[in-house]
This record gives sequence, C-alpha cells and structure tokens, in this order.
Amino acid sequence: MATQHSQSAARIMMAPAVILLLGWMLVPLTMTLYFSFKKYLPLRGGDLGWVGFENYTRFVSSSSFWPAVATTLIIVGGVLVITIFLGVLLALLLDQPMWGQGVVRILVIAPFFVMPTVSGLVWKNMFMDPTNGFLAYMWRAFGAEPVQWLSQASMPSLIMIVSWQWLPFATLILLTAIQSLDSEQIEAAEMDGASWFSRFRFIILPHLSRAITVVLLIQTIFLLSIFAEIFVTTAGSFGTKTLTYLIFQRVLESQNVGLGSAGGVYAIILANIVAAFLIRIVGKNLDA
Amino acid sequence: MGQIHLKQVTKRFGEVEVISPLDLEIEDGEFVVFVGPSGCGKSTLLRLIAGLEDVSGGHIMIDGQDATEVPPAKRGLAMVFQSYALYPHMSVRKNIAFPLRMAGLDQAEQNRRVEDAAKVLNLTDYLDRRPGQLSGGQRQRVAIGRAIVREPAAFLFDEPLSNLDAALRVGMRLEISELHKRLSTTMIYVTHDQVEAMTMADKIVVLQAGVIEQVGSPLELYRKPRNTFVAGFIGSPTMNLLEGAEAAKHGAATIGIRPEHITISTEVGDWEGTVGVSEHLGSDTFFHINCPAFEKPLTVRASGELSLKYGAKVMLTPDLQHLHRFDAQGLRIE
Amino acid sequence: MARAITTQRKTINTLFAWAVGLIIFFPILWIFVLSFKSEGDAIKAPFEVLTSAWTLDSYATVQDRSDYFKHFWNSVTIAVGSTLLGILVAVPAAWSMAFVPSKRTRGILMWMLSTKMLPAVGVLYPIYIGFIKLGLLDTRIGLVIVLMLINLPIIVWMLYTYFKEIPGEILEAARMDGAGLREEVMYVLTPMAVPGIASTLLLNVILAWNEAFWTLNLTAAKAAPLTAFIASYSSPEGLFYAKLSAASVMAIAPILIMGWFSQKQLVRGLTFGAVK
Repeated sequence: MATQHSQSAARIMMAPAVILLLGWMLVPLTMTLYFSFKKYLPLRGGDLGWVGFENYTRFVSSSSFWPAVATTLIIVGGVLVITIFLGVLLALLLDQPMWGQGVVRILVIAPFFVMPTVSGLVWKNMFMDPTNGFLAYMWRAFGAEPVQWLSQASMPSLIMIVSWQWLPFATLILLTAIQSLDSEQIEAAEMDGASWFSRFRFIILPHLSRAITVVLLIQTIFLLSIFAEIFVTTAGSFGTKTLTYLIFQRVLESQNVGLGSAGGVYAIILANIVAAFLIRIVGKNLDA
Repeated sequence: MGQIHLKQVTKRFGEVEVISPLDLEIEDGEFVVFVGPSGCGKSTLLRLIAGLEDVSGGHIMIDGQDATEVPPAKRGLAMVFQSYALYPHMSVRKNIAFPLRMAGLDQAEQNRRVEDAAKVLNLTDYLDRRPGQLSGGQRQRVAIGRAIVREPAAFLFDEPLSNLDAALRVGMRLEISELHKRLSTTMIYVTHDQVEAMTMADKIVVLQAGVIEQVGSPLELYRKPRNTFVAGFIGSPTMNLLEGAEAAKHGAATIGIRPEHITISTEVGDWEGTVGVSEHLGSDTFFHINCPAFEKPLTVRASGELSLKYGAKVMLTPDLQHLHRFDAQGLRIE
Repeated sequence: MARAITTQRKTINTLFAWAVGLIIFFPILWIFVLSFKSEGDAIKAPFEVLTSAWTLDSYATVQDRSDYFKHFWNSVTIAVGSTLLGILVAVPAAWSMAFVPSKRTRGILMWMLSTKMLPAVGVLYPIYIGFIKLGLLDTRIGLVIVLMLINLPIIVWMLYTYFKEIPGEILEAARMDGAGLREEVMYVLTPMAVPGIASTLLLNVILAWNEAFWTLNLTAAKAAPLTAFIASYSSPEGLFYAKLSAASVMAIAPILIMGWFSQKQLVRGLTFGAVK
C-alpha cells in the first residue's frame, strides 16, 4: 500500500498544515528573541539599539518578578490540588449507580463551557461582590461580616474561580479513566478480601495515575497562561499579577517591548519544560 | 476458471525476505490451504495473490495471464478478511451489493444476485440490518456473500474463522466446505489451525519462514511428512519426535511415531515408562507417558475403555511399519 | 458492574450526587435567573430575587444599548470560520499521516503538539505588531487566522486518532471489490470519517468561541466577539447585573448545548488521545 507514489502524495497533503504551523511558530518566536536583545520602546523613541542580555537580567531583578513567580505557582498549584482532589472524589461519586446520572454529569461539566470572561465577571459581581453578591447575602444571613473577596482574599478567590472552571475537565477525564477500569479487577480484589479503601488505594488509584498525570500536565500548561480571569476581575492588582499578566503589562500597557519579550522567552522556556513531560506521555500512548 | 500459478514469487520488506523465491501451482476448483505458524508468510502470500501487496520478484499467473501488475480489483478474485472488513455504514444488502455497484451492474441484476447470495447464506431476514447489529457468524456470512456475488475466479480467505468461538467455527468450517463443493470455484484459505487445514483442504501448503515445507493432500502430509517440521505440525495430538540412542538404533537422527501407532500394555513392550496425565475424550484416551529413555513424555492413543492410574508402570510398543525416520537435517529418510 | 445494589444505597448516591451537581451548576443557574429580573431586583437578597417579577427587559436592553448581535455574529464567524479553515487544512494532513505513515509521522505529530504549548504571551508583541502592519488588528479575518493556527494541532490530532481507527482491511476490501481511489474516498472513507470530523468540528468551535487571550488583545470595538464584549462589563456604569446576566446567558447557552453533545470528544480532544 505504501508505494513510492503515495508517499509523495502524502507529503504534499501534509505540507499546508506543516508550513502554517512552522511559520506560526518560527516567525513570532524569532521576533520575540530579536526584541528581547533590544531596548525597544515603541512610544518613547522606538528602537534604541542592542543591549545584550540586559532585558533578561532586568526582568528577573525587577521588584515585580519574584512576586509574580510566587503568584503563578500558588495559582497553578492551588488549582491543581483542588481540581485533582475533588475531581477524583467526584469521578468516584459519578461512577456509582444512581438515578439521573446523565443529568448530573451534564450539571457537573457545564462550567467548562463557560467563557473565561463570563465566569470571571459573574463570580466577581454576582457572587463575590461585598454588598450585592450572593455570598455576601449568605454571610449576612448567618450574621457574619461579608468578605471583601477579591481585594482582601484575592488569591483564594481567584483560585476558587479558576478551580470552578477546571474541575469539570479533571472530573470528566478521571471519570472516563475510572470507567475504563475492568470491573473484574475490582471483583477479584473483593474476592481477595480487599476493603473499600484498599480497593481504592491499590486498584483504582494506580489505574488513575496516568489520567491524573495527564490532567496535571495539561492543566499546568493552560493554567500557566490564564489571562482573561485576571483581566476582568483584579486586573493584576491585590497581588494577583502572574508571570503571564506581568509580561502582558510590560508589552501592551507600558509598551516596554524588549523587557516584555525577555519575559516571554522565560515563559516559553517554562512551558517547554512542562510540555516535554506531557509529550513523552502522549508519545508513549501513540506506540501502544 | 481459477487457475493460479506462482513463479519464483518473492517478497521483501526492506532487507527482510518474508517470502523466498517460491513456485506453486493451484488448479481450477481446488481448495488449497496455506498453513503454518504465525509469521510464516502465509498471509503475505495470500495478499500477494490478491494484489494488495506488490511482489518483489517473480510472476503471478491467473488463468494463464500474467497478473503480476494487474490491480487487485481487476484480478477477478474475491477476498474474505479476518476482521470481515464489512462497511459499517452500509446495510447488509448494500455491503453485499457493493462490488456489483462498483462493477456498474444495473439495479435489477444487483438485487437478483444479492437475494440469491442471501438465500444461500441464510441472510434473507437480515438484509436491511447494519453489520453492527449482527452476530459474529452472521457477519462472517455477509463477508462471504460479498465475495460470492462477484462470481470470482477464486476466493481468498484470510484466517476467516479466527474471530469466532469454537462451536461456531466448526459450523462455519462445514459451511465453507459445502460452499466449495457447490460452487466448485478455486479457494485459497489461510489458517494457522492445522485441524482446519486437514478437514477442508484438497491440497495443503505448509509454510515456515517464507519457505514452502511441503505441498500435498492432507493424507499425504499426514502419512509422509517430508521433514520434522511438517511431521510435528500436522496431526493432533502431535507426532512423538524422539532423538538419541533409540533413533540411532533405526539409523536416523530423529524418529517419529504418531500416538495411534503405539500400543500400550501393562506387561510387555519395548519401552518402559510411567503414566502421567491422561486425557479422556470418551472415544479415545490420550496418555502422557514418561519414559526414562526419552527427554520428553510420549503421547499415546488408547481406547476410551482403558483406564490407568497416575504413576502406574506401563510398557510401550511402537508399530515399526508406521515409524518415520529423519536425518540430521530433519529430512525424511525413505 | 452488573450487580444488584440496594435501593437505599442508590437513593443516597442519587441525593448526594445531585446536591453536588447543583452546587457546581448553581452559578450558571443563578445568572439564568438574574437575566429575567429587572436591574433593581437583581441586586436584592437571593430570596427576594426569586420572588420578584420576571421580565425579558434585560435581553432587549442589551441588544439596544450595545448592539449585542453584532458581537454574537462576530463570535459565530470567528469560531466557525477558524474551525472550518482548520479542518480544511488538517484533513489532508491527518489523512496522509493515518493512512500513509512514514518514519517521520510520529515526530511531526509530536512537534505539532508542542506548538500548541507555546505560551501566547511569549509571542504577543510580534503578533500584535504584525497585525497592525498587515491591517488585521480588530478584524474578524485576523482572528479567524490566529484561532485557526492555535487550534490546528488539536484538529490534526483529533482527526488523526479518528482516521487511525478506520481499519485498513476495510480499504483493502473496497479495493478488492473494485473501488478506485475516487469510489474508495466517496463511498467508504468519507462516510466512515464523517462522525469523527463532526465531533472535531464541534469541539473546536467550542474552544474557539471561548478563547480569551487573542480575542481580548487583538480586537477593539469592530471585530470584538462575545468574550471581549463581555469583558467590557468589568468597568460598568450603574446597575448592570441583569444586563450582564442576559448577555452572559446568550453568550454561553449555545456553547453549553454543543458542549453537552461533545462530552466524549472533549476528553479525547483535550488529552490528545492519552485518555480514552
């Protein structure tokens, strides 16, 4: 089947996709690298010449760098812990026999389809607003002082919003994985006298480990670049400035393109480290 | 007509030669079975005949015409695949009619032939179902139906029964044999199961590592295996192949004796041994006898009436008329 | 697990799961409720909100004041356009990788995947400046191109996994049955590939519809899709809960419905086939 003729036809059919993606990757990447070695202020003099690695050192030594790194790690880590922990529990729950399983499933995954700007704004205003928000009314109903969510507890609030968006994703993938578990394995373990907890610990959890890793890596990649949720809620204030947001501000708000580009290169390196792990897992699956 | 001659047919995948230059003559109306262990090249050989793979060398002649460069569809052959390869989005009727539609037959003729095939294969009630709604045996029949309607010069079967359960397999085996008798069209059938080969074939081709080990009728192969490989492959339970001093006594490197050609006795005999596992089939009993003279236990067939305890001492006597002798290269000594 | 389970167990499961499901779904339910209230009622305490009068006013106001349907239409154009364009480019590529694999196929797939991981912010300025130079800033065509490119790896991957599942024997059977390349594509391959292409389409429309980095940064008033339009409510004037709710409901409803149809494909598409 794989004759010489079909091989060359295949190459032609593949060409548009490959060329487009190659261009999409190489052209901007080269430009970002180029700008990162320049002092480039489009609104204040434009191209002010080569500066070597100055942008890279300045980006790292600026006072907002380490807080941004910390914020990024806390958001990514917090959301990962919450979504994976609750995701496993929810997946186990949804796997149980019940009435209306399909409907519950739909309810649970719905938040994933809500666009980030909508979920950011809805949480910010209708739920977390300290005077008119739903949560404020709840707090008052119990006689408590409403919390100034996005200013006083900005990080937990943000983590909560983002977790709400990503929990369905984790749940859905983990549920798919649980359902692919051979029920005879569970029954065999039961015959062997394993308790519910042992069955979970020694059969279900190991079976889920791959799915958990996949969720972890994919979410990490998306979470590292969350943007809209911060843009519409705190706009980076109250200590919610992530690395992505910091670079965005440098590039578009303060128009310090050289500095922002150096930050962009850091972000690319960071994402690539995570991506390398993910690609290895996906690649292994391709062979199987 | 369905006469297929292979002349020095060779197939290489890169550096690896999966079919060594090979000659084979298949006469019109013959039921030929390619049999051999997995990876022996039997499916590749079938696909070369079908035209699904290009030969690396040699010629394939169909009815005297050189078909080596002819595309699969033009060779006038029909194939039944291991996975049945039914079109999942078409009804049974459309599946069976597909080759006719491709050949540009008119609707009435298509219908007539589909109905005929369905009648032969007991599929009339299922014509409007999708393959997904059928059982394994029914799907198998649809695949055969799709082959029959073309009225091909020869049918090619690629391990068609391997996805069916044991009971169904025996039934389908009979159906295919009957189909062959009725159509008397050439059939080439690939299997790794020597029972299928023995029961169905007019002619068996035993392959190993891309080389034909022996070609012949089932009984020829059973009675006169050309070498130790064929001797060990054909027959169930397998022939006892014995080496060492006992073989040397008969002037051979290896001697072979089938389980039914050994008599078992509690008193007299040539070889001494103890009874191991016994398998009772009702009509026959197979005993596995451990003899100090041989490395491996011997299989012996006895009447179903005979019952021996595990560990009992017995004496065995081979029927020398049915003793097969092989030289150091494993070739038969006449 | 096909085994008997007590009705009591099942009732407890059901109650518990429904409670959790409703809590998770509640924010969506709540904006649905608020969207049918007047602005004055929408900021009342939850119980008072429920008992207040229902009205369709907010939906009308959103359209009148902000030309909602222009943005809705932008979203449709951008999401559907980028997906269709992506599929047009991806089908031949995925096709040839699935049916004529070579030594390089695996490497190319992996590399395509890696381009998806490129953080957008890293290439923000080059794209931004490029868009200005090419006159693409705040145009729908510009966004169609960018969203097509960022989703192309997912489209190729999804199609590849679907095509890969079409057994080679079926194509061989068609060839034996006398089908030429044209018939093979028309009668066998295309009908078998349609479900896969349809679910790829669905998932990518969803992803493109909700994309909120490039849509926020590369549009202003003219080409802004719903993501960017909704973001304008982050600095509103006066009471706006009911209007925001109405706008949000209209923005998420179509995608929510599509999403429910594509649950299975979602897992497959977003994990690149690593979890099935």
